[in-house]
Amino acid sequence: MKFFTTLFLGFFFLTLQAQDNNIVPNVKVQQLDGNTFNTGDFKNDGKPIIINFWATWCSPCKRELNNIAEMYDEWVEETGVKLVAISIDDTRNMSKVAPYVNGKGWEYDVYIDPNGDFKRALGVNNIPHTFLVDGNGKIVWQHNSYSEGDEYELYELVKKLAAGKSITD
Amino acid sequence: MKLKTLLAICLAFFGFSKLSAQNFEETMSNGQIRGNFQFDMQYYQEDSAIGAQQPSEEILSNGFLNLIYTNGNFSTGIRYESYQNALLGFPNGYKGNGLTYRFATFKKDKLTVTAGNFYEQFGNGLAFRSYEERGLGYDNAMDGIRIKYELMEGINLTGLTGKQRIFFEYGEGIVRGFDADISLNSVFKSLKENKTKIRVGGSAVSKYQADQDSRYVLPENVATFAGRVNINRGKINFNGEYAYKSNDPSGDNGFIYKPGEAIFLQSSYSQKGLGLVLSAKRNDNMSFRSNRTESQQNLLINYLPALTKQHTYNLLATLYPYATQLNGEVAFQADLIYKFKKGTMIGGENGMDIQINYSTANNIDTTQLNDENTLRKGYKSDYFKIGEVFFKDFNFQIDKKFSNKIKGRFTYANLVYNQEVIAGKPGNPTVYANVGIADVTYKFTMRNSLRTEAQVLLTEQDHGDWATLLLEYSYSPHWFVAILDQYNYGNAISKQRVHYYNASVGYNNKGNRITMSYGRQRAGIFCVGGVCRVVPASNGLYLSITSSF
Repeated sequence: MKFFTTLFLGFFFLTLQAQDNNIVPNVKVQQLDGNTFNTGDFKNDGKPIIINFWATWCSPCKRELNNIAEMYDEWVEETGVKLVAISIDDTRNMSKVAPYVNGKGWEYDVYIDPNGDFKRALGVNNIPHTFLVDGNGKIVWQHNSYSEGDEYELYELVKKLAAGKSITD
Repeated sequence: MKLKTLLAICLAFFGFSKLSAQNFEETMSNGQIRGNFQFDMQYYQEDSAIGAQQPSEEILSNGFLNLIYTNGNFSTGIRYESYQNALLGFPNGYKGNGLTYRFATFKKDKLTVTAGNFYEQFGNGLAFRSYEERGLGYDNAMDGIRIKYELMEGINLTGLTGKQRIFFEYGEGIVRGFDADISLNSVFKSLKENKTKIRVGGSAVSKYQADQDSRYVLPENVATFAGRVNINRGKINFNGEYAYKSNDPSGDNGFIYKPGEAIFLQSSYSQKGLGLVLSAKRNDNMSFRSNRTESQQNLLINYLPALTKQHTYNLLATLYPYATQLNGEVAFQADLIYKFKKGTMIGGENGMDIQINYSTANNIDTTQLNDENTLRKGYKSDYFKIGEVFFKDFNFQIDKKFSNKIKGRFTYANLVYNQEVIAGKPGNPTVYANVGIADVTYKFTMRNSLRTEAQVLLTEQDHGDWATLLLEYSYSPHWFVAILDQYNYGNAISKQRVHYYNASVGYNNKGNRITMSYGRQRAGIFCVGGVCRVVPASNGLYLSITSSF
């Protein structure tokens, strides 16, 4: 055990100097057609990506994604942003994801992370949890939970990123 | 311990990165650290009106910190957990502090090796799932070795061995598993462009536990085999899995020598504005643990999902939730979602969504064999017959936007809940309940809004009628305050017609969140991701801090 801890802390301190290197970790998630997809392959031609963790049993998550859905066309048109929705529904509710997404008419790229592998890799604790990835594939912002109106702040940040501005303070 | 293995992994890793100083520095600069932290603390007060007791510690707390380091094809991580002592309602095996999770993984071409702790699921989990739900204290992480190999594009093999976590220790039994997952469209060139996507898989999982029982001669090795298929064609998806387990006398099944089996089928159809899901399952004597005498959620090797709607509104979610009966159950569920478009007669100016759900869970049919002193097969079961009702739930939800300022969601549910079986309360009558909920959000401005939930649950049984009122004001993006009152106004015993007041405030910033609340908490069953935990009534001050980085 001690060996493990030492090894780990060793890496930790070596990493401290290199924190700008914040890329999306590569983990396998499921597509809605049942096939697998590598999260390292999320691409959007140099435009920003929103990664949002949700589940069919999470009310605030659904409120957030339904609210964004109403404006999503505009967002895409103005900034070229892409929203990747990661459902953490497990076997119990997994088959409800595609019918819900289509039933609500969402235009997002939706994937399922049934045993929380991607969730763990990104340090997500509770959902909804949103990440913003800039045009260079770096994670530059994150937010946990949802309150009515949060989507406006998110979109302000997306616009800045799309214009090539920095949003880290 | 496994020091040699770990050493080998680390050496292999440094081997890849060539040991020249400059190269080393370059390699290290590609590394990144991620993780999260949570701390929950509660101060408890005595409150005889709701039966809340003050533990002798007065203050209890749970906390954990996860750190994961990743560098290219290498990653390692640890988790520290602390329970001083665990919050009431948390499994009381959690006591003290310690490193409960540590692992190292490397990937070399098509081979991925993990040493230490890991989580994994085969197919739908009928044969194997190691999983965590920190908020409920559920964690059956494996400790051992996992090897994944991509034989060719579309064929993925996984092999693993180890022991399962139980609180701060590991279970007695050794678990070994193998899984193959094959995407036919990737393997056969002729199917590559085919619109029908087929994925098949098979797994074998076995456990070893020494037989030290003086009464019976027990099988020391028990195996489960499972086969699955997923077929997708455009709007249609079908997913099915079947699992068979050799005889596994255990505390759960009363030490009978009967094999177990489970079948799980889900089909769905969806197009823009319409979604339909039909599912069915049957599990018979399928509890599978790495210690045959364990109970509750401890040391489960497999996962038998419940086929009922996972509700989120307080009264619906925490008074009468359903959890799979491991010994035997037949369940069905239908779920329909439909969008009435804007400008149609029902849809109105802003459109309207409706979601209808129906589910049932019954016991399997059983005929006792009365062979306790001979073969001990226990019972036989007719596959196509069903037994007593465990649970029924018919519910619908309507989402309606009235204007840019006001929108609402209205829910109705009718529940049948067999307390004797689900809640383990023999002699108590089955609960028949009607539930109505109005959830209305009013937006003052873009960032200011008030959400109101009015809930009512009507029943003649158990504690009688309940009503809940919640007011939640949020000032986006950082603040919220909420007040809640739950009132058991229909309790047959007038002294127990109590109000459960609670007020809370929360602050959010980026990955950080702080919540504080004060007041009474009703006893209930809290479920997340299909796992439930019974929480006793309490009164006091609660603080929670979470952070992701």
